[in-house]
Amino acid sequence: MAFGIRLHIWGERACFTRPELKTERFSYDVITPSAARGILEAIYWKPAIRWCVDRIHVLKPIRFESLRRNEVAGKLSERTVTKAMKEGRVDEVAYFVDQNRQQRAATILRDVGYVIEAHFEFTSRADDIDTPGKHLDIFNRRARQGQCFHTPCLGTREFPANFTLVESDEAMPFVDDQLSGERDLGFMLHDIDFADGKVPRFFRATMRDGVIEVPPFEEALA
Amino acid sequence: MTAIANRYEFVLLFDVNNGNPNGDPDAGNLPRLDPETNQGLVTDVCLKRKIRNYVALEKEKDAGYAIYMQEKSVLNNQHKKAYDALEIKSEPKKLPKEAEKARAVTEWMCKNFFDVRTFGAVMTTEVNSGQVRGPVQMAFASSIDPVVPMEVSITRMAVTNERDLEKERTMGRKHIIPYGLYRAHGYVSAKLAERTGFSEDDLALLWRALVNMFEHDRSAARGEMSARKLIVFRHDHPMGNAPAHILFDSVKVERVEGETDTPARHYSDYRVAIDAESLPAGVSVIEHL
Repeated sequence: MAFGIRLHIWGERACFTRPELKTERFSYDVITPSAARGILEAIYWKPAIRWCVDRIHVLKPIRFESLRRNEVAGKLSERTVTKAMKEGRVDEVAYFVDQNRQQRAATILRDVGYVIEAHFEFTSRADDIDTPGKHLDIFNRRARQGQCFHTPCLGTREFPANFTLVESDEAMPFVDDQLSGERDLGFMLHDIDFADGKVPRFFRATMRDGVIEVPPFEEALA
Repeated sequence: MTAIANRYEFVLLFDVNNGNPNGDPDAGNLPRLDPETNQGLVTDVCLKRKIRNYVALEKEKDAGYAIYMQEKSVLNNQHKKAYDALEIKSEPKKLPKEAEKARAVTEWMCKNFFDVRTFGAVMTTEVNSGQVRGPVQMAFASSIDPVVPMEVSITRMAVTNERDLEKERTMGRKHIIPYGLYRAHGYVSAKLAERTGFSEDDLALLWRALVNMFEHDRSAARGEMSARKLIVFRHDHPMGNAPAHILFDSVKVERVEGETDTPARHYSDYRVAIDAESLPAGVSVIEHL
């Protein structure tokens, strides 16, 4: 925990899709550890490190909004592309959106703000030059200056996340009064185990005065 | 194609006059509204569609600028399929190493398709690297002020079915916004551009598309839409020199003095100011419109 960071993130909209409600997307009440990790990785990541989310602070009341959009129904198959590559032409590789259209609703979050508390661990790909200080400094420098590898997002890419570093001696941002007390958020996705055939793991999320303690990934239920 | 070496953010201001910029399928095609503030909304995918359509028009015959996600109206491929159907080719069953092959497939798609290179695409189900994240990301556009959609009833002096002949005419409905100035935010990541080969030429084309996309999207529903301002922030550093939200905050769009209690009906009712002096070091502003 010595290498902890705190990152304040916020945005107008967010969608942390529940895996059980994916066709018509329905967001979790709060950001998942998995999405929080993705935001940290958008700012800084190297194969030598792994971000672990320790705590999520929810700053704003949980509000939903519904949204319906025209979406596409399928994916491009590899075979189409291979065939086109062989023939050296592109005209058959096309997706006709108005023939393969699906209208899907999404229930998304409005006006969100969080503080992610996290630290990193070294992976097996770390070597001698990987000192904790180095990675921590790079992350902090980037977060402080608003630098990022790509713009982090709140669940899906159309909802960009603003971010700023909460310095170690800085006070936490204000937590809305409506969040005081204890609230059971039910089972929530912790992260996906990419080492083990992409198995999702879940944890029981409880929010106390806006704070969700995230258990270590190993303790989450597969 | 060398990829761009700078991060960018952009603010696009566009307006609509007596039209419907983006219908809501949940609300009978009424213009999209933010239910909490009554501000008008235009989704990211709506704007991306127009960018694709513009590029398809401008680069119709150019190699490397094909559009993968097509609207039927933009294409002439259907005819060609007939010719191709006559050539019967069997697929050789040789399978190269999966990862290598997937990479080649993805690379080829990026090289040939402007929209895959720019916005990314999800291709192929099982192969992991069949997903491309594009460098260009857009957020929802929302109007500066609340908008009030109007329902306009119209008549048609003809009927569709013979059995309705005695009715003589049918009534229809149009939903319009008398006026709305919308603001959209976008992001271009240099690092993701590196992976898809999104080049300086592509970037110039993107700016052209943003400026001109409404000029080629005229229809009965849209009314008069036009891009009013495209403000681009260019970071010297590929990772960026300042947080995006600070740059966006430096662009202020306000009603001109003394007009705030009257409804806005024209772009001249607004004033756009860029606080160029307080911009962080290493960021420059480029106005394309």
